[in-house]
Amino acid sequence: MSEIKDNLAALTADVESALTRRRSRSAAAISWLREAALLPVLVVLIVVGAVLNSHFLTVSNLTGIGQQISALGVVVVGESLILLIGGMDLSLEATYGLAPMVAAWLIVPAASFGAGTMLNPYLGILILLAVGVAVGFANGLLIVKGRLNGFIVTLGMTILLAGIQDGIVKGQSPFGLPGPFGYLGSADVGAIPVSLIVAALIFVVAGLFLRYHRLGRAIYAIGGNREAARAAGIKVNRVRIGVYVAGSVLAAIGGLMEAGRVSSVASTQGYGEGIIFAVFAAAVIGGVSLQGGRGNMVGAASGVILLGVVQNILDLENAPNYWIDAIDGAVILVALILARVIGGEASAE
Amino acid sequence: MIPAVSAAGIHKRFGSTHALRGVELNLLPGRCLGLVGRNGAGKSTLVSILSGIVPPDAGAVRFDGQPAPSLGDVAAWRARIATVFQHSMVVPGLTVAENVFLGRQPRRGPGPLGLVDWRRMRAQARTIMADWGFDVAADTPCGSLTVEQRQVVEITRALAAGTRCLLLDEPTAALERGGVRRLFDRVRQLREAGVAILYISHHLEEVFEICTDVAVLRDGELVLAAPMTEVGKEDLVTAMVGSPERAGPAAPAPPPALLAFLPGGPIPPDPLRGETTPPNPPEAPDLVVNEVTAATAGTLLSGVSLTVRGGEPVGLTGLRGSGATTLARIVAGAAAPDAGEVRLDDRLIRPGDRAAALRAGIGYIPEDRQAEGFVPLLGAAENITMTITERISRAGLVGPKRREQRAAPLARRLSLVSAGLGQPVRELSGGNQQKVTVARALASDPALIVAITPTRGVDVASKELLLAELDRITRQTGASLLLASDELDDLVICDRVLVLVRGEIFTEFTKPPFDREALIAATEGLGVR
Repeated sequence: MSEIKDNLAALTADVESALTRRRSRSAAAISWLREAALLPVLVVLIVVGAVLNSHFLTVSNLTGIGQQISALGVVVVGESLILLIGGMDLSLEATYGLAPMVAAWLIVPAASFGAGTMLNPYLGILILLAVGVAVGFANGLLIVKGRLNGFIVTLGMTILLAGIQDGIVKGQSPFGLPGPFGYLGSADVGAIPVSLIVAALIFVVAGLFLRYHRLGRAIYAIGGNREAARAAGIKVNRVRIGVYVAGSVLAAIGGLMEAGRVSSVASTQGYGEGIIFAVFAAAVIGGVSLQGGRGNMVGAASGVILLGVVQNILDLENAPNYWIDAIDGAVILVALILARVIGGEASAE
Repeated sequence: MIPAVSAAGIHKRFGSTHALRGVELNLLPGRCLGLVGRNGAGKSTLVSILSGIVPPDAGAVRFDGQPAPSLGDVAAWRARIATVFQHSMVVPGLTVAENVFLGRQPRRGPGPLGLVDWRRMRAQARTIMADWGFDVAADTPCGSLTVEQRQVVEITRALAAGTRCLLLDEPTAALERGGVRRLFDRVRQLREAGVAILYISHHLEEVFEICTDVAVLRDGELVLAAPMTEVGKEDLVTAMVGSPERAGPAAPAPPPALLAFLPGGPIPPDPLRGETTPPNPPEAPDLVVNEVTAATAGTLLSGVSLTVRGGEPVGLTGLRGSGATTLARIVAGAAAPDAGEVRLDDRLIRPGDRAAALRAGIGYIPEDRQAEGFVPLLGAAENITMTITERISRAGLVGPKRREQRAAPLARRLSLVSAGLGQPVRELSGGNQQKVTVARALASDPALIVAITPTRGVDVASKELLLAELDRITRQTGASLLLASDELDDLVICDRVLVLVRGEIFTEFTKPPFDREALIAATEGLGVR
C-alpha cells in the first residue's frame, strides 16, 4: 500500500519538478540581467565621457577617479552590510569625520590645531579604529538591545558625533598629518593609488565573505527574515551588533583615506559635506535593498563607480559651480530610474 | 435561477505554468459551494480571479448574469463579491466601524470636501451588526479584536457594501473550535438569507458539514462538481488525488488512511522507502520540564511540568490560548518563560535562547512558517542547512555545492518539489515551503523535535507524508518528539497525548488509538480527570 502511495507521490513530484524547472530557467535569466543592470549604463557613461573630453580615458584621470571614490566606496561597503541585515545607519558619515578627527587631533602639534599630546601616528590609527568600534557598538546596543528605531538612533548619533568633531578642534582643521597616518590616502604603488587597491580589496573580501562565510550567509538570512533566522538557531542579536560595529569601522577607514588624500581633517569632513546621501545612492543604485536581505558587492561597487564617473565628467566639463549639486542630484535620480527599469523591482526598492 | 457568480471557460497561465484550464463554476444564491483541491491545484488563482485581483487570460466572470466590472473598478467589484482571506485584511489601527466602511464612509455633504459623518457611520455599523446578530462593539479598535471578531468585521464590511456573494478562503485556519462552530452558524444564517457562498478549505469534514455543493480542482481543471448529498469522502479524495486510470495502471484508489482520522495508532516503520532501520537506535536523552510559568498575551501557563522519555513521541493539544503552543515554544527556546526550567539530558537549557536549545539537540518546527519557517529570498538548500552552518563550514566557509549535498537527501525524503535546491523558497508552493521548514529542523539530527502544527495549510497527501516522515525519523534515530497541535489528525503518531486547558495539564491519554470524541471533550475541559 505505502509503496503505491510513494509511486504516486514520486510521479506527481516528477511532473511538478519538470514544470517548475522550465519556469525557473527564465527566472534565472532575469536574475542575471538584474545583476548586470548597471553595466550598460556604465558603458554609456564611459562612452559619453570619452566623447566629451579626450582627457577622460587617460590613466591619470582614471586613477584619479579611483582615488576619489575609494573612500566613499569603503563607506558604501559598511552601509551595504548594515542594509543587508535589515538595518540602516545614517551616522556612518559622522564616524567618517569624527574618527580621523580624534586621531589627527591627538597626533598633530598644537600649532596645527592638535591637542598637543602628539601621539605616535600608528597609535593614532589604532585610536581611529577604536572610535569606529565604539560608535558602532553604541549604535548596535541602542538599536538591538534597546530596541530603539535605527533611523532615529543613528540620526541623533550623527548630530552628536558631528558636534564632537567640531567641538574638540573649535571648528579648525588639523593639518600636516604625519606620513604613516596619511599613507593610505595619498601614496601610490606605481601609477595606482594605495587607497584604490585597499578599497578594491575590501570590496572583494566583503563580497566573498557575504557569499561563502557562514556569518555572511547569516546576514542575508537575518535581513530576509529575522524570526526565521532566530528559529534556525542563528544568534541574531550578536550578528546584528557585529555588523553595526563592522560598518562603523569601515566608515572610519574611509575617513582615514579621505584625510590622507587632502592631508588634513576638515571640520566639515563627513557630516558637513553630507556624504551619506551619496552612500545610500550608490548602494541603492547598485541594487542593495533598503528592506534588507537583497543585494551584493558587485552591485554596490558598480553603484560607487557610476557616481564617481558622473562626478568626474561634470568636473572635466567645468560644469557651472552653482549648478553642480542640481546636476548631481538629477543624474542620481535618472540612474535610480534606469536601474529600476532594467533591473525590475529588485534593484530600486 | 440566475447564478450569483458564474465563471466560464477560465484559463490562466503564469509563465509556463497553466494554472487554470477552462474552469466552469456556478454559484447560486442561497447555496454554499465548497471548493477543494490539493496545494497547487489552482484554488488561490481562482480566488484571485473571482475577487478581481488578477484578470483571466480567457473566459469571463459574470455576476447575476451581467459581465463583471472592469478590473480597476474596485468599488464596483466589492459590491458584487467580497472575499474574506486567510490573512486578516482589517486595518488594526482603525475602529470596527471605520473598517466596515473603509473607503466608503458616510459623508456630510457632497463632493471631495464632504467630511466623514462619524455618528452615522457608527450607527450604520451597529445596525448591520444587530441585524445579523453579530456582537462586536463598533468603536473598538480592530487591533484589540480576536481573529474570530476580525472575521466578523470583514463579513460585516461585505454585507454593508451590499454584497450578496461571499468568498471564504480557509476561514477556519486560525479559529479554535468554538469559533468554528459560531462561524458555521453565521454561514448557515447568511445562506438562508439568500447569500451565495464559496467556501474554500483543506478540511473535508468542514465541507461536508457546511456546504450544499462541492467542486474539486485538480491541476487547474474542475474535475468534480456535485451537490454534497451525491458524493462521499472517498469520491472527493479520489477526485483530488487523481483517478486510478490517470495515475498509471499500478495505482489503485488512494489508501483509506487518507480519508479520515486514523484510528490505527502509530504508522509502522517502512522498509520500502530505501533506508533500513538501524537495529539499535541510540539512546536519546530525557526532556524534563519543571514548573514552567508564563504569561503572554492570551495565554497563561501556571506551573506546568512534564517529562518526555528518550525516544518517546508525545502530543500536546488544547484550544487556542490553552498554552499548548506556548509550552512547546518555551521548550524549543523560542520563547522565554517567567519561571521554571527546561532540562535535556539533565542539562539546564538557557531559557529563551533558541541557539542554545539547538546546540543542546532540540530541533524546532515553528507554528507560523511564513513568520519563522524560512527566509523567502534564499534557496531551499540554504534554508534547510541553516541549522547546521557551523557543522558544514570549514573555517567558517561554506559554498552552495556543499549546502546542496547536505540538503539533497532530506529534500528527497520529504518529496520536496523544486526547480533545484537553489530555487528561492519564496517561489515554492505552501506545502513545499512547509517541507523546507521541516527539513531544516531535521537537518541538525536533533535528539528532540519540537513541532507545532506541522501540517497546517498542507494538502491531504503531503500531510500524510510529513507525519509519516516525522514518525519514521523519530523511530529511526531514536529522537523524542514533542508535537503540539490542535489538529487531532496530527496526534496519531504520538504514543501519549497531554491535553492542556487554561494553562494547566488537564488530562493525559496514554493508550493509542486515541478517541477523537474524548480528546475534543478534554480540550474543552470536560470529561473525567
